[in-house]
Amino acid sequence: MSGAEAIASGAIAAGLRFFAGYPITPSTEIAEILSIKLPKVGGSFIQMEDEIASISAIIGASIGGAKSMTATSGPGFSLMMEGLGFACMAEIPIVVANVQRGGPSTGLPTKVGQGDVLQTRWGTHGDHAIIALSPSSVYECFTITVRAFNLAERYRVPVIILTDESVAHMRETVVLPQEGEYEVIDRELPTVPPEWYLPYDRAHGGVAPMASFGSGYRYHITGLTHDAHGFPTSVSEEVDDCIRGQIEKIIFNLDDIVEVEQLYMDDAEIMVVCYGITARAAKEAVEIARSKGIAVGILNLLTIWPFPVQLLQTITEQIRVAIVPEINMGQIIREVKSSVEGRCKVVGINRVDGDNIYPHQILEKISEVLS
Amino acid sequence: MISEKMRKYLRPTKKFPHVWCPGCGIGTIMGAIVRAIDKLKLDADKIVMVSGIGCTSRMPVYLDFNTLHTTHGRALAFSTGLKLARPELHIIVVTGDGDACAIGGNHFIHSARRNIEMTMIVVNNSIYGMTGGQVSPTTPYQAYGTTAKLGNIERPFDICDLAIAAGAIYVGRATCYHSTLMEKLVYDALQKDGFSVIEAIAQCPTFFGRLNDFKNVVEMVNWQKANAVPVKKAEKMSSEELEGKFTIGLLHDVDFPEYTNLYRKLMKRAQGGG
Repeated sequence: MSGAEAIASGAIAAGLRFFAGYPITPSTEIAEILSIKLPKVGGSFIQMEDEIASISAIIGASIGGAKSMTATSGPGFSLMMEGLGFACMAEIPIVVANVQRGGPSTGLPTKVGQGDVLQTRWGTHGDHAIIALSPSSVYECFTITVRAFNLAERYRVPVIILTDESVAHMRETVVLPQEGEYEVIDRELPTVPPEWYLPYDRAHGGVAPMASFGSGYRYHITGLTHDAHGFPTSVSEEVDDCIRGQIEKIIFNLDDIVEVEQLYMDDAEIMVVCYGITARAAKEAVEIARSKGIAVGILNLLTIWPFPVQLLQTITEQIRVAIVPEINMGQIIREVKSSVEGRCKVVGINRVDGDNIYPHQILEKISEVLS
Repeated sequence: MISEKMRKYLRPTKKFPHVWCPGCGIGTIMGAIVRAIDKLKLDADKIVMVSGIGCTSRMPVYLDFNTLHTTHGRALAFSTGLKLARPELHIIVVTGDGDACAIGGNHFIHSARRNIEMTMIVVNNSIYGMTGGQVSPTTPYQAYGTTAKLGNIERPFDICDLAIAAGAIYVGRATCYHSTLMEKLVYDALQKDGFSVIEAIAQCPTFFGRLNDFKNVVEMVNWQKANAVPVKKAEKMSSEELEGKFTIGLLHDVDFPEYTNLYRKLMKRAQGGG
């Protein structure tokens, strides 16, 4: 099956019951597949008038209690920044799959890109925290999609599946995990009487239970800064709690959120920091290099945001050079550089011509840094 | 004085005083909506009031329903997702002329086209109030705004014509002066199985009034009274007689299959039934 099919299957497995989207290459397959799958499981699919409407609709459905998702690519993702910020601010769980293509603007619709990495983190205005996961295989498209829903529901936050054209269109033979073999997390619902309910209470681990509209808990949801009741406020202490709380619920739970695949890292002196389709090229390159006795390892960022700063700080004790291949002019390399704080050399491999980074390019860079 | 009936639906703490200026028409419209809901004896737990951004969009926070204050222009898009996920909920969208017809124009026409069940109340004061008096898509030709100091050179939208053309099944218009008519229209709209639109013409004394030489609120409300023509009366009038005036009352009432009902049927077919 393709990566797109695995994302759709993973979403249904995680409990997806609402999808709204707008056609855009190369993500459209996800919408097409879910338009067939969702009504079969009692869920709803709707094709909206644009991407702003799509992300707005999934937030609305999530407020009604349905696990919700949309899928898009660069131009549509740009339009979704407004809704993404609302979901951060109002703390509404949603999942957004961004199948990256070449940009900026209409760019290169049918070919691969990884140019939306920093937009994913900082694209919506204002200070906020966000979670983004990056699969590099069809199998991971399934598992990461399940995980995206679990994290969205647990932390009441938008989660982005930051994938790319190559991963979404790639076909691989996979044996998907069966029901019961993966964890499915549902959002916590309030148990207190409605008059005691505080939709933005930070008292218990920073994430309050979320009541669905229509369930007897009548409360207010707004994109304005709000107090624990959800009512608008401009009182400094309440504003601080609103914004700081949204960020701290993520950064205080990095152990649960951050997932990194490490390969051949025990004795590595060179590491390749990669994500998405580029991780596949890196794996082949590193296996070839290892067969020649070169001490090189891989750090595959399955969680791309929040960035694993602490992990990089500890790993780089033994690393001399970090190689960062990206299908952009250098985005995640900024995070790598700032995390290692000069303890090792950091070099990039960059490509923006619509093609993938190939194993030989990474091997050439390994030879170059060795000489 | 707030009536006992009204008090029952207001949120008791923290939300008052409200943000609206003295003389603003939005409170009158909120009263009409609440009275219509009360008359229908709808369960407050099943009512969702959704809004976008602007003066009117501040209405939900004061009312004790499920309330959702979304981003600018998007109330209908949020509502579409919510209605599909929870078809049993009554969704009332309150929005202004800028929110509904400028930034939210696309969602407006497509929600009407889909005929998804919800009632949209567009408070039309012909100006952007919250941001301080800029022209909107319903500002009359040659009227003044802070972004049209030499007079507006754009043609205004007729909100009701737009709604009818886009496919809304129930469309009506009233003014703050005609608040009983407004209540009646909202009462009927809430019972329609489809997308209904009420245009509520309101005075904005602070910006539209001051920029357009209205002396006071009374003069603005009198303007509503003088220029509103009931539909039946308008039928007997010539286009010259109707020049500069607008019709009020029920303008359009038809039936058409409702979207979430159609989707429920589709779902049954997908599951191998009916």
